[in-house]
Amino acid sequence: MLDQTTLIALYTIVRKEISRFTRIWIQTILPPTISMTLYFVIFGNLIGSRIGTMNGISYIDFIAPGIIMMSIINNSYANVVSSFFGAKFQHHIEEMLVAPIPNIVILIGFVSGGLARGFLVGAVVTVVALFFTDLKIHSFPITVAVVFMTATVFSLAGLINAIFARKFDDISIIPTFVLTPLIYLGGVFYSIDMLPEFWQTVSALNPILYMVNAFRYGMLGESDINISSAFLILVLFTVVLFSIALILLNKGTGIKH
Amino acid sequence: MSALEIKNLNKVYPNKFVALKEVELNINKGDFFALLGPNGAGKSTTIGIICGLVNKTSGSVKIFDHDIDIDKRAAKACIGIVPQEINFSQFETPLDIVVNQGGYYGIKRSIALKRAEKYLKQLGLIEKSKEPARNLSGGMKRRLMIARALVHEPKMLILDEPTAGVDVELRRSMWDFLIDINKQGVTIMLTTHYLEEAEMLCKNIAIIDQGSIIENTSMKQLLSNLSKETFVLDLIKPIKVLPGLNGFTAILIDETTIEVEVARDKNINDLFKLFSSHNINVCSMRNKSNRLEKLFLDLLENNQVAK
Ligand SMILES: Nc1ncnc2c1ncn2[C@@H]1O[C@H](COP(=O)(O)OP(=O)(O)OP(=O)(O)O)[C@@H](O)[C@H]1O
Ligand SMILES: [Mg+2]
Repeated sequence: MLDQTTLIALYTIVRKEISRFTRIWIQTILPPTISMTLYFVIFGNLIGSRIGTMNGISYIDFIAPGIIMMSIINNSYANVVSSFFGAKFQHHIEEMLVAPIPNIVILIGFVSGGLARGFLVGAVVTVVALFFTDLKIHSFPITVAVVFMTATVFSLAGLINAIFARKFDDISIIPTFVLTPLIYLGGVFYSIDMLPEFWQTVSALNPILYMVNAFRYGMLGESDINISSAFLILVLFTVVLFSIALILLNKGTGIKH
Repeated sequence: MSALEIKNLNKVYPNKFVALKEVELNINKGDFFALLGPNGAGKSTTIGIICGLVNKTSGSVKIFDHDIDIDKRAAKACIGIVPQEINFSQFETPLDIVVNQGGYYGIKRSIALKRAEKYLKQLGLIEKSKEPARNLSGGMKRRLMIARALVHEPKMLILDEPTAGVDVELRRSMWDFLIDINKQGVTIMLTTHYLEEAEMLCKNIAIIDQGSIIENTSMKQLLSNLSKETFVLDLIKPIKVLPGLNGFTAILIDETTIEVEVARDKNINDLFKLFSSHNINVCSMRNKSNRLEKLFLDLLENNQVAK
């Protein structure tokens, strides 16, 4: 599968995906930077100073990993869903479909674009965070692995959303009604220890809780949940979503008649 | 080996619409082939199946002996496709569009860049090559899609109505370009509504109607099927009655216009001798209708009647 033709095709897709979101950086990089800065100012500085500590950690240090994670999740998802839907809508996805590119390469290409934007925005938000607090990294490999896998999961989810989407509304429904609530309820701003037992159990069904906490563990060495179960869930989601996306592409759902 | 071999091709769209019925087509290497048919006949569906944009229901398609089911990538590498509808990103530049397409076919970027410049120049787009594609006019967009289809130097070029919406002068230069590409050995298949386009360019032709191929023959053969032609003659001096023109069927439309049917085995010189002998002077002469168009309509009509 990894012949030169395929590698060039993959390189071309990734390059095109990256140049797409950097070309329109005012729509892709700037907004998350501004809104995440506001989170740090309002929740970190202004309100945070009154909250005190969360699990023995100052509030701003507690929410910083969550906010970085939130921007990674949002941006990897948004990148793939809008790029792939745009390609479908303007029909230029056909440029790839007529070429001898295996579907798995198209899939990896789009997901790489989502990863790239997730990493870039994550890095920018991290730099912003440094203006408000000192970030330490407890375990670099865990931090990077969590970011990589989370961005992959949400890039894949964005791809699947785009495959099914028929109109522009369809690409904002999931982010608004599913993603945002799950992120807010995923322990970005609070520790689930604060919740009544019933809601702790419900929260355990939210995959984002595991990702945010695994990332927080990578940075602070502190987590509400077991780190290996977090990785297990990440691997599971990656495998399942990857398979679904590949099956859909092979069937030509939403792109072939 | 054929460039394209289609057998028993059927297509039923998900809404149960039967778009193709047992389509058979054979295009030889080096051919310049026209697929003709009225709106909705199934031309784009056929092309969509060939290039992998439409899933077929049954049948087989081979491109240079590569079956699209078994050897999909090799089959795809052989063809370049110019679709009927614009399908590139309006935000990218023509240069990027063509170079990236090369990349999708596995062409190294440095080589793709050279080829992109070459084809964009040949197609008169080099000045616009670094502007967003949405700035291009309709005719330029069509030519951009031709450049894009050639960047991997395919053995066969398939064009779905390449000259729709292209002005007369540009159409001529596009024809010259295609003739040139064909001379270099590239097999060409195109669909068109312009019959004179097919007559001008193509060696072989198939006519499709309501999803079935109703004629598949050489252009020459098709034209020889025309049993008679009707000419309209304008006279210098008005005449009151039309004299008998032995062997020709003629009618007097008005005092200075005669319509004559000439069978293929008749000699037009004889007609003029008859005119001379009756002292009728003809100042101009033209075909009554596009003879090919007439033939086309006859074929379609027969197909309807047969149903
Ligand atoms: N996605 C689809 N779903 C259902 N029916 C379709 C679809 N695409 C095309 N058709 C139908 O299939 C038939 C053939 O369409 P096709 O586009 O192949 O025609 P065509 O010969 O290219 O026509 P034209 O000259 O107008 O481009 C038409 O009746 C069309 O309505
Ligand atoms: Mg068509």
